[in-house]
Amino acid sequence: MKLRNIWIVYRKELRDSLRDRRTLIAMVVVPILIMPLISIGVGTLMAKIMGEAKKEIPRVMILGGEDSPKTQEALESYKEITAERGSADYVQLISDKKVRAAVEIPPDFDAAMARGEQLTVKIYDYEGDLKSGVAAEKLEKFFNDLSTRTVQERLAAKNLPATLIKPFELKTQNVAPPEKVSGAVLGGFIPYFVIILSLTGAMYPAIDLTAGEKERGTIETILCSRVSRTHLVLGKFFMVLTASLTTAILAMISMGGSFKVAKRILAGMAGGADNPLQFSIGIKAILAVFLMALPITVFFSAALLAIALLAKSYKEAQSYISPLMIVVILPAIAGMLPGTELSGRLSLIPVLNTTLVCKEIVSGTYHWHQIGIIFLSTCVYAAAALFIAVKQFNREDVLFRT
Amino acid sequence: MIEAERLSKVFHDKKRGEVRAVNDVSFICKPGQIYGLLGANGAGKTTTLRMLATILEPTSGTARVAGFDLLKDPENVRANVGFLSTATALYGRLTAQEMVEYFGRLYGLDDPTIERRINEIFTRLEMNDFRNRRCDKLSTGMKQKVSIARTLVHDPPVMIFDEPTIGLDVMAARTIVQFIRECRDHGKTVIFSTHVMSEVEKLCDQIGIIHGGILLAEGTLADLRQRYSLHDLEDIFVRIVEPHMLMEAVGS
Repeated sequence: MKLRNIWIVYRKELRDSLRDRRTLIAMVVVPILIMPLISIGVGTLMAKIMGEAKKEIPRVMILGGEDSPKTQEALESYKEITAERGSADYVQLISDKKVRAAVEIPPDFDAAMARGEQLTVKIYDYEGDLKSGVAAEKLEKFFNDLSTRTVQERLAAKNLPATLIKPFELKTQNVAPPEKVSGAVLGGFIPYFVIILSLTGAMYPAIDLTAGEKERGTIETILCSRVSRTHLVLGKFFMVLTASLTTAILAMISMGGSFKVAKRILAGMAGGADNPLQFSIGIKAILAVFLMALPITVFFSAALLAIALLAKSYKEAQSYISPLMIVVILPAIAGMLPGTELSGRLSLIPVLNTTLVCKEIVSGTYHWHQIGIIFLSTCVYAAAALFIAVKQFNREDVLFRT
Repeated sequence: MIEAERLSKVFHDKKRGEVRAVNDVSFICKPGQIYGLLGANGAGKTTTLRMLATILEPTSGTARVAGFDLLKDPENVRANVGFLSTATALYGRLTAQEMVEYFGRLYGLDDPTIERRINEIFTRLEMNDFRNRRCDKLSTGMKQKVSIARTLVHDPPVMIFDEPTIGLDVMAARTIVQFIRECRDHGKTVIFSTHVMSEVEKLCDQIGIIHGGILLAEGTLADLRQRYSLHDLEDIFVRIVEPHMLMEAVGS
C-alpha cells in the first residue's frame, strides 16, 4: 500500500511535469542542445580562428639592419611574413594591431656574425594576442633556421661533421592512452557539465512540485487526500530525481555524440595534428561518471525540494534557488581548474569531490579508496537532504506559510 | 458523525506572538444533517475545518470523524472525508478525468471501481462533455464540478466544505449549494463554513456561531430565533458577536 501510494504520486507528477514546458526545456532540450553548441560551435570557432591566424601573412617591422643587407634581404624575401621598414612608433603600431610584431637587428649584425661574435636579436610582440604570437613564432623560426645554417657553414668551413654540435637526436613519445590525454584537457569539463545540468534539470520540477503547488492552491487539495505526507514527498522526490537523471543522461549521450561529430569536423579543418578533441572516453568511464553522479543528483533533488518548499510562490522559490546555483557552480569550477587535485580533505566537500573524482575517472585513473569515500560521503549528504525534505513536508508552518 | 472535543489551535506569529486561532471548540455533527459554522473573516472557521480534515494538527483537544480519532488515525479520517474549499484547486495540466482518477487511486480504490464511480458521477453532474479537457481550460463552473467529483470519488460518509461558494458566480454557487443538499439527502454528515447568512438559512440543520476562535452559540435556526427574540439571522449574529468585538476593542 505504501509503495503503491508513492508510485501513484510519482506517476501523476511525471505526467504533470511532462506537460510543463519549462520542465521539458530544462530536462530535455537544454542538455541535448548545449553539448553540440559548446563542442561543435566553440570547437569549430576556435579551429577557424587558429587556422586564420596561421594562414595570415603577418606584417612585421624590421628595426635597424641597414648595415646588414644580407639579413635584411633574407628577411624581406621570407615568404611567411610581409616585412617593412621600421619606424620609431613600432610599439604603438603593434598595440594598434597595424603590424603584428617587430624585430630589432643589432648594428653591424652581418659583419659581427662573420667574425663569430654573439649579438642579441630582439623580437617584439603583443603577448596574449594570437596573431601577434603567430608572427613572433615565424620570426623566431627564421632566426633559428639562420642560426642552424650559420653553424653548419662554420663547421663545414673547418671540415667538421654536423654531429659535433648535435651528438644525438631527442624525441619525446607519449605513452599515455588517448583518454589520459583527453582527461587532462576535458576531464574537468565533463563532470562540470553533468553536475550543472543535473542541477538545472531538477530545479524546475522541484519548484513546480512545491512552491508551484502552493501558488496554484493544489497543496491543500492533495493534503486532504488519503496519502501521507511522507509518501507524497517521496513521490515528488522521485519525480525530481527522474528529471535530474534524465538531464544528466541526455547530457552525456549528447556529449558523446557531439564530440564525435566535432572531432570529425576539426580533423578535416586542422589536419588532425592540432585537433584539440583528439581523444576517446571509454564506456567504463562513462558508466563510472554516471555512478558517481547518482548520489549527487539525489542530493540536489532532495535539497531543492526542501528549499523550494519554503517559498510561497514560483518567483520566491527562484530567488532562493539562484544563490544555490552559485554555491554549486563555484566548487564545480574549482574542480575544473587544471591544478586542483583530489586530497583527503577535498574528498569530503560535496560537488567539488565528485567533480574531481570524475575528472580522474575520465582521464583513466581509478583510486578506488577515494572513489569509495566520495560515493559514501555524497550518499550521506543525499540522505540528510532527503531527511530534511521529508521533515519540511511535515511542518505546518512551512506548508501554510502566510 | 463528527464529534469535536475541546479543539484548540495555537499559531506562533513573529509579529503578534502566540495566536489562539481556535479555542476549546466542541460540537457534534450528525449523519443526515448539515452543520453550519458561521463567522466573520478570521473567526477560526477555516482552522477548525482544516483540523477536522487532518490538514492541521490540533494543539490540544481532538475529534472523532466517522469513528476515527484525528490524532491517532489521521489516515482513516482522511479516507472517510471529502474536503472542498475555494483553496482546494485542481491540477491544471491534468484532464478532468485524470484528476478524479488520481484521487480515486490515492483513496485506495481499484481501477474498475474508479471507472464505475467516475461514470456515475460524471453522468450525474453532466461532465461527460469535458472529461478529457485539461482543468486549466475549464470554466469556473466546470472546475467546481470537477472539484465535487474529486471529493465524491471515494463516496465518503463525511463532507467538509470551507466557504465553498466564495468568489463564485450565482450559477456556480447554486451548483455547490445543490450538491451540499444532496449530500445530506444521501445521509452524509455535512459541515460547512460560511459568512453568507442566506446560505445558512437555506441549508443548515444546526448552526454554530464562532468568533475569535470561540464557539459562542449553537442550535437550530428556530432555537436561536427563540433564544435571542430576533427573526433575522444577521441580527442574531450581530447580537452574539458584537459584545465580544467591543471587549476586543477595549482590550487592544
